[in-house]
Amino acid sequence: MLDNAHKSNRLPAAPGVGYKPQHFDQILKHAHPVAWLEIHAENYMGDGGRPLAQLRHLSEQFPISVHGVGLSIGAEGPLDPDHLARLKHLVGWLNPASFSEHLAWSTHDGHFLNDLLPLPYTDATLTRICDHIDQVQETVGRQMLLENPSSYLAFEESTWSEPDFLREASRRTGCGLLLDVNNVFVSATNLDFSPQGYIDAYPLEKVGEIHLGGHDEDEDDHGRPLLIDSHGREVVDPVWALLDYVLERSGPKPVLVEWDTDVPDWPVLRAEADRAQAALDRVPA
Amino acid sequence: MSVSQTTFHEALLDPSAAIPDGLLDAKAQPAGRRFSVYRNNVAVSLTEAMHQAFPVITKLLGTKNMDGLAGIFLRKHPPLSPLMMFYGEEFPEFLAGMEQLSHLGYLPDIARLELALRRSYHAADSQPVSENALAVSPEDVMRAQLGFAPAMQVLRSDWPIYSIWRFNTEEDAPKPEPDGQDVLITRPDYDPHPHLLPLGGADWIARLQSGQTIGDAYENTAADFPEFDLGATLALLLQGGAISSVTIERLAP
Repeated sequence: MLDNAHKSNRLPAAPGVGYKPQHFDQILKHAHPVAWLEIHAENYMGDGGRPLAQLRHLSEQFPISVHGVGLSIGAEGPLDPDHLARLKHLVGWLNPASFSEHLAWSTHDGHFLNDLLPLPYTDATLTRICDHIDQVQETVGRQMLLENPSSYLAFEESTWSEPDFLREASRRTGCGLLLDVNNVFVSATNLDFSPQGYIDAYPLEKVGEIHLGGHDEDEDDHGRPLLIDSHGREVVDPVWALLDYVLERSGPKPVLVEWDTDVPDWPVLRAEADRAQAALDRVPA
Repeated sequence: MSVSQTTFHEALLDPSAAIPDGLLDAKAQPAGRRFSVYRNNVAVSLTEAMHQAFPVITKLLGTKNMDGLAGIFLRKHPPLSPLMMFYGEEFPEFLAGMEQLSHLGYLPDIARLELALRRSYHAADSQPVSENALAVSPEDVMRAQLGFAPAMQVLRSDWPIYSIWRFNTEEDAPKPEPDGQDVLITRPDYDPHPHLLPLGGADWIARLQSGQTIGDAYENTAADFPEFDLGATLALLLQGGAISSVTIERLAP
């Protein structure tokens, strides 16, 4: 492992933001912009140029979380060996403070669909994703965090609850968990369960990172609320309240604000990070 | 009722397909338009990727027409890898095959130019040779072989692609005249720049890439393009930082 004195194998229990290239100059201009940054792994898999130069620069000053969005861990088919090799290369040279991926699939029959698609929670799915997580952790050479999805529908065939499914995947593979609080709120609204009940059943001791983001509001065929995980606006108050509920039970954790579409000016994103700091300040250490 | 990813995938890309059985809403009723959230996510995100990848094509066709084309393209050619930065490799051929666009024969080459700009943007870094690297005797210049930066790209076209690109990206650029144009893309720092190549320049660079010396390549190119301007082409390459090595094989004393 590379020996970089400022680097730690853990993210600080402080706010971070999803890094967007348009914020590069402002992040470097501020004395204390945020505690850490998260990147989408796939955007840094080119051979060179500005994206990698910026990332090298940022990684000298900030702990970096590498967040994959394209591995398709839940795919029925095998993992793409080329993509695994690219991840191994990126994590190898960057030596990030955290590495995470999603409980979802995005590739099938050679096609990458550029979305995080849902899985039925069955024994067969569990066996398959645990095999894939084992393969990822062995190849990349470090623990990964697995993120809960936002759901718009349920599978009739599911036999596990999502928190139990994640707990069992973590137990079998040793992976950590990334708890997306907005995703819990979105899924709870869409599938009519209690978000607090989800948190009560969720293995908070496995959480290495928390995500927050904004969502859009729509409705389904029956006029019932349908929330869409868009990462395109401020985090809503009920999600901040759910973050408090989590932090009271988990203690301080690294908290990330994601804003991926209609990306705002830096001060707006920074204000969201400040709000996350205020939530962390309310938690007894 | 179990839903395979094959079934899900097919229904995702075909808006006229039935929504798979076995997908439910909160009241255990069929999922209905909840499935459309995934359909929209896929179509909208890939359409957005096409707009970002081909801004000049989008400008030439208009956003609405580009949306329509992207909708057909993404179903015919979904991404083959999660590296969205390279999505759209098949777009030039796709445009060439669209009968409704046959009156805009330059579109495929403009799409190739936009792809080449993106390849250049993400290409590996390299150290350019100094602008004095060829300040040697004329005999040595002719004996030199050149290595090129991975970010360098060359396109040949029967259409005025450089002028069309400029006309649609720069204010006050001159109106394109009907003429074939070859383009050199260099990336002196992190931003790729297209340049108009002198006649024969693309041919000469291709010969150098195949390992010919400057002198041999010049003789061969000048045979086909008597007006080929070696000095101007070499200056474009040097000023753009596109030459990464100069090898001069000296004769044994």
